[in-house]
Parts: sequence; structure tokens; C-alpha cells
Amino acid sequence: MPDFIYVIFFLILGFVFVGSAFVVSWLLRPKPPENSVKNAPYECGEEVIGTSRVQFNVRYYLFALIFVIFDVEVLFVVPWAVSFRQMGSFAYLEMLIFIGILTLGLVYAWKKGALEWQ
Amino acid sequence: MPGMGLLLLKGMAVLGFISTSAMFLIWWERKVSALIQNRMGPMATGWHGSLQSVADSIKLLLKENIVPAGADKLIWWLAPFFVVFPSVSAFVTIPFSEKLVPRDLNVGILFVTSITSVCVLGIFMAGWGSNNKYSLLGGMRSAAQIISYEVPLLLSIVLVVMQTGTLSMVEIVRAQAHGWFLLRPHLALAFVIYLISATAEVNRVPFDIPEAESELGAGYHTEYSGMKFAMFFVAEYTNLFIISAVAATLFLGGWQGPLLPPVVWFLLKAYGIIFLLMWVRWTLPRVRMDQMMAFAWKVLTPVSLANLLLSGWLMLR
Repeated sequence: MPDFIYVIFFLILGFVFVGSAFVVSWLLRPKPPENSVKNAPYECGEEVIGTSRVQFNVRYYLFALIFVIFDVEVLFVVPWAVSFRQMGSFAYLEMLIFIGILTLGLVYAWKKGALEWQ
Repeated sequence: MPGMGLLLLKGMAVLGFISTSAMFLIWWERKVSALIQNRMGPMATGWHGSLQSVADSIKLLLKENIVPAGADKLIWWLAPFFVVFPSVSAFVTIPFSEKLVPRDLNVGILFVTSITSVCVLGIFMAGWGSNNKYSLLGGMRSAAQIISYEVPLLLSIVLVVMQTGTLSMVEIVRAQAHGWFLLRPHLALAFVIYLISATAEVNRVPFDIPEAESELGAGYHTEYSGMKFAMFFVAEYTNLFIISAVAATLFLGGWQGPLLPPVVWFLLKAYGIIFLLMWVRWTLPRVRMDQMMAFAWKVLTPVSLANLLLSGWLMLR
């Protein structure tokens, strides 16, 4: 059988695993009536103040942007690494330039303070 | 279709292994922490508390269902699925021995790393869906942490791929027949980087700020109880096994070893690394958010980039 059948089967298996655990739990557990105090979100036992979907630090977006750059970079490095043995010094020189440019980007982000968490 | 029965059997075996391993690891973690803190740990249920996890899972199975008011119900219910299914799927290509692998994919290690990072979606869904400030903060922190440590993690794996010229897990182990990759200096550095980033990937101490019980009260799974909570725990300990199994495969020669059967060697190595991570967890304090992000971007990423170039140069010489 082709590889992808195994992959798809295991993807589905994960969902089935959780689903069956939930179904068994649903069959066995007690079902007391709803209780608004019990269902209140946890906030140190106090009454909830304001909305829970609060604003968060813009830093998270900056790190996400840097991550996208570097993750795509790793995607380019993986096929290079697989065939590195066959390609030799020319490929190494190219990777040197590629990583050099990326390092320049990292240094720029560092100097601009994008890597500081305040 | 022929082979469907075998496929089903492999799936059941993996699920059985995941459940047993998670229950064992939870008990073991409590015992290790007790050993390090000079306590007894669980003792009452079975021999040295060995049935504690079984009792706990029965308890969690029988707990009533609590959905927090104002929760985003669909996202909230889907989150445990999205946390667990990546860790189950990763087992498709983890080689317990040369024959004992559900399927040796030719993109093996790439598949494992990419599917396990899907877990961050589930964690963020849990944080967003809970309608709880702590959970949202935990989810945000977790997302930032996992994506930041993904880069050094992948770069350290790439070093092994350069050595072997293949992404298949079985081939990578075969390439270590004449010596573990750990024994080569630049790959030993990659191993250290891998272990640190993997610890951060699975949100363990010293990088457990998404859960940080003293400031966030369990973070993204504050509002989850009963079987849903159990699923988060299963995922956490399965991910712990996966990162250790991958480390054993990539750097410690996988199933290879004298005398004992291959499976035993593989499990010894994987659980040995888990023990190391437990030791770290109960020894070190938690780092701060800014320290953690700075460490990922200002130390680990430059070092692993330099290590990539260094090992390329070493291989050309």
C-alpha cells in the first residue's frame, strides 16, 4: 500500500482515539443539572472582570514574522542537506551566501530591537 | 483491500503503546520528583503506587462535563483533538526496530517534526476557546515559544540529514552502524541544541511558562477537566516520548546495540533521555518570558546556523 494511506490512517486514528475516549466518558459520567457558578471561568475564585479576549503584546506578531522567515529558510535548507554529499563545494558556497544574507537579516532585527521582550 | 487488517493492527498497537506509555510516564515522573525531593511519592495504590495512574484515569473518565460560560464551544471541543492527533500521527514513522515500524516514510523525520508542530494549533485553540484570561495568555506564550524553538530544532536535525543524505528514520539509524552521531563533536553540539529546543517544544520546565502554575494556574488547560484534561496530559507525555525517541534515533543509534533485542535498546535509549529531561525538570527553576525568547533567537539560532556551516566545511575537507 502507498505511504499516504498509512499517513491518512494515522491522522484519522488520532481523532478516533480522542473521540472514543469522549464517548466512553459521556456514557459513564454523571450528568448533574447546569450550574452557573460552577461554569464560571476561573479567575482566582473572584467574579470575572471584563472580557477574557484581552489585547496582547504586539511582540508576539514580531516574533511570528521572524519565525516565518526562518522557517521558510529551513525549508530551503532541507533539500540542500539531503543532496549535499553529491553536490560538494559549490553547494557549500551557495549555502554560505544564503545563510550570510539571513544572518544579516537577523542582525538587522536584533539592532532594531525586534528581539527584545518588553 | 489486502493489508487493511495489518494496518488496523499496527494502529491498535500504537494506541495501546501511547496509553500505557503515558500512564507509566506520569507515575514515573511522580516517582522521580519524589526521589529528587526526598519524598516517597505515590505509595497507596498497588506496589509503590504503580496503579496510581490507572486509578487516576478511571477517576477522570467518571468526572462530569464542565464547559465554562462564554466558551467558544466548537473551538473548545476541537482543541483536545488537535492536541492529540499530531502525537498519534507521528508514530507512523518512528522505528522501534528495523522491522517494528508502522511505515518507513521516505520523508520520515520531516514528517515527524512538521506534524508534531501542528500541536500548537490545538494549544492555541484551547487558550482562545476557554474564555479565560489565564488560558489565553498561556496559549499565546505557548505559540510564541513553540515557533521560536522550532528554528534551532530543525537546524539541528538538518545536520544529521547532511551526514546521512536521507530523511528516512530507518536509513538514519542504519547510517550509525559504525558509531553514534553523538560521538562526533559538531553533532554532539547539535544534540544539545536539539534537546534544549525539544524541551521548549513540549513546554517542559525550565521552559514551562505557558503552564506556569504559580502565575497562570495551568495556562491553556485551566478550564479543562475530566477526560478532556486527560487528553491534554496524554498528548504532553506522548510528545515527551516522541522527542526522546527522535533524539535516540537521530543521535544515539536507535535500536542498535549488543546482546539485547533491538526494541529493548531503543526503549532503553528513549526512556533514558526521558529520565534526563525529568531530572532537568525537577532541578532547574523556570525561566522568564524575555529570557526564553532571547535565548532562542540570540543564542540557539546563531549557534545552530554557525554549526551548520561548520559541519558543511568539516564534511568537505
